[in-house]
Amino acid sequence: MSDAVKFIQGNVVCAEAAVYAGVGMFAGYPITPSTEIAEHMSVRLPQVGGKFLQMEDEISSLCAVIGASLTGHKTMTATSGPGFSLMQEALGYAVMTEIPCVIVDVMRGGPSTGLPTHVGQGDVMQARYGTHGDHAIIAVTASNHADIFRMTVEAFNFAETYRTPVILLLDEVIGHLREKIRIPEPGEIPLVGRLRTAVEHGVDYHPYLPREDGRLPMSDFGDVHRYNVTGLYHDMWGFPTEKPEVVYGLIRHLVDKIDHNSEKMTRFRKYHTKDAETLFISYGAAARSALHLVENRRKRGERIGLLELNTLWPFPADIVREACRDMNFVLVVEMNMGQITREVKLAVEDPRKVYLANRVDGELITPMDIQNIVRLIQGRGV
Amino acid sequence: MPARDYIRERFFPHMWCPGCGHGIVLNALLRAVEALGLDKKNFVMVSGIGCSARISGYVDFHSMHTLHGRALAFATGIKISKPELNVIVPMGDGDAMAIGGNHFIHAARRNIEMTAIVMNNRIYGMTGGQFSPLSGYGTMGTTAPYGNIDHGFNTVDLASSAGATFVARTTTYHARELADFIGQAISHPGFSVLEVLSQCPTQFGRRNKAGDAPEMLESYRTGTARIDSKKKRENPDLIERGIFVQKELPEYCREYERIISKARGE
Repeated sequence: MSDAVKFIQGNVVCAEAAVYAGVGMFAGYPITPSTEIAEHMSVRLPQVGGKFLQMEDEISSLCAVIGASLTGHKTMTATSGPGFSLMQEALGYAVMTEIPCVIVDVMRGGPSTGLPTHVGQGDVMQARYGTHGDHAIIAVTASNHADIFRMTVEAFNFAETYRTPVILLLDEVIGHLREKIRIPEPGEIPLVGRLRTAVEHGVDYHPYLPREDGRLPMSDFGDVHRYNVTGLYHDMWGFPTEKPEVVYGLIRHLVDKIDHNSEKMTRFRKYHTKDAETLFISYGAAARSALHLVENRRKRGERIGLLELNTLWPFPADIVREACRDMNFVLVVEMNMGQITREVKLAVEDPRKVYLANRVDGELITPMDIQNIVRLIQGRGV
Repeated sequence: MPARDYIRERFFPHMWCPGCGHGIVLNALLRAVEALGLDKKNFVMVSGIGCSARISGYVDFHSMHTLHGRALAFATGIKISKPELNVIVPMGDGDAMAIGGNHFIHAARRNIEMTAIVMNNRIYGMTGGQFSPLSGYGTMGTTAPYGNIDHGFNTVDLASSAGATFVARTTTYHARELADFIGQAISHPGFSVLEVLSQCPTQFGRRNKAGDAPEMLESYRTGTARIDSKKKRENPDLIERGIFVQKELPEYCREYERIISKARGE
């Protein structure tokens, strides 16, 4: 498929990028608007010797994905809001047991069954806090096909590097949108493979003893090292413990390995920000409308820019704070009730200058919608 | 390899209550694996949550202690990715039949080669004695203080109709039969289900006037009979022991290899 320009859906781009990244197993359950990812996987995975499973629900889908990852494969599942809710239990298990995997959530309108065929971006906080207990999480997103490809591969790279589940938040609009994409050549985007232990057979292997750089080399289930994996707090051998110092060490490790490396997983794009006096912050499909408006207003000489976030969690607070400094005002454009707006307000020096332009009726927010909010902020009326 | 080489001795004595039947299941399992002469490095044990689930910590296999009810789903991911591994999934009755009921019937339907052992003590032991889907009508539990009005599943019937290609039942009293059935289940080229009646004197026995462990074991002797035995014909109410289903159907992992060949145009 390389060396080709394709005109395909965002969901298919995501599936192709997963194959590019070396996915060996996918398990999922049909749900709008993510189903095309599973469909495409069912075609492509056996072609490359991988395995595709349609499970009985989203719960078992993520469980199977975690099990398969433990045998040494890169693994993925894809779903939408309601299915993502069902996956929260197993997501926490993957966090606790440090088993890499990628979970794609193609967001639709919620809560509950909501608007299955319409766009929403209401799962940002579910991605962050959906599973119970304290934890850090990585969640990335994209607004165009080239970035869907890139961020899907990055999601696999982050998962392997930090031994953690990574969430890819797409939305109904970009998932179903067809646009041109050039599929990158093999090697064009660097891939991070599974870090396997060098400890030989017969030597004590500690599956949960981090190296100096914080990474934990893995041993495939079925390989020479037999060890235990549990969702209970565990020691460096993977066996349950209730010792306070070990418990504290593990929770710190789980949070710190992501929070202390947040800048390494921060991805964003800046458009016309150098001389900007007004800044839009956006992501996913909403960022397309934001960018459209920025480019239109630039033509009229307005000094307006866009910061598009590709990494939502860990939230790139430093980047946001720096970008918002000295702005007349900051407008966060998103299709929810202000989930990232709240984070931006927490990050900046003057939260009073941060406004929200949103749309939560299942329709894509338009440049005109955003422009109307800009006029209100400027006191010019709609 | 002697049976003790299949355990992690440093974790003994185990955490089960005095008189618990689960240790007998562990013992029979080790004897079965020993008799099969299989290498422990090819064994994966995936368990859920509950008293039964702790068994995975005691065996020197690749062991995964997962989520309540979800063990079969994790095991499915492991097996499809490395079909050469022997996958054993011990579960409790609440684990397998309540929260994991859906995964149980679908794993059976898929006929993926693994061994599901339902350690049925008819109670949620670890949480303190609540009734389970296998407690049965009229039993007592901490959440059925006036007597249970929930009817129980028949694990054998459920597994059989869901499509399991090997279905058997025995008890912890019949320890040799138990080891024999576990061995046959492991060797079976498809999804195998073994229900083991395993006594819980602490939580079930005490509340249901079933006596202590020896009395409960004795009730397994008197209250059960082999399929088609004279004893069963004379006492139709006895619980049947034996192998109820043993047939060969296309196995899921091997079927998937066929899919790969097809997809590659081979």
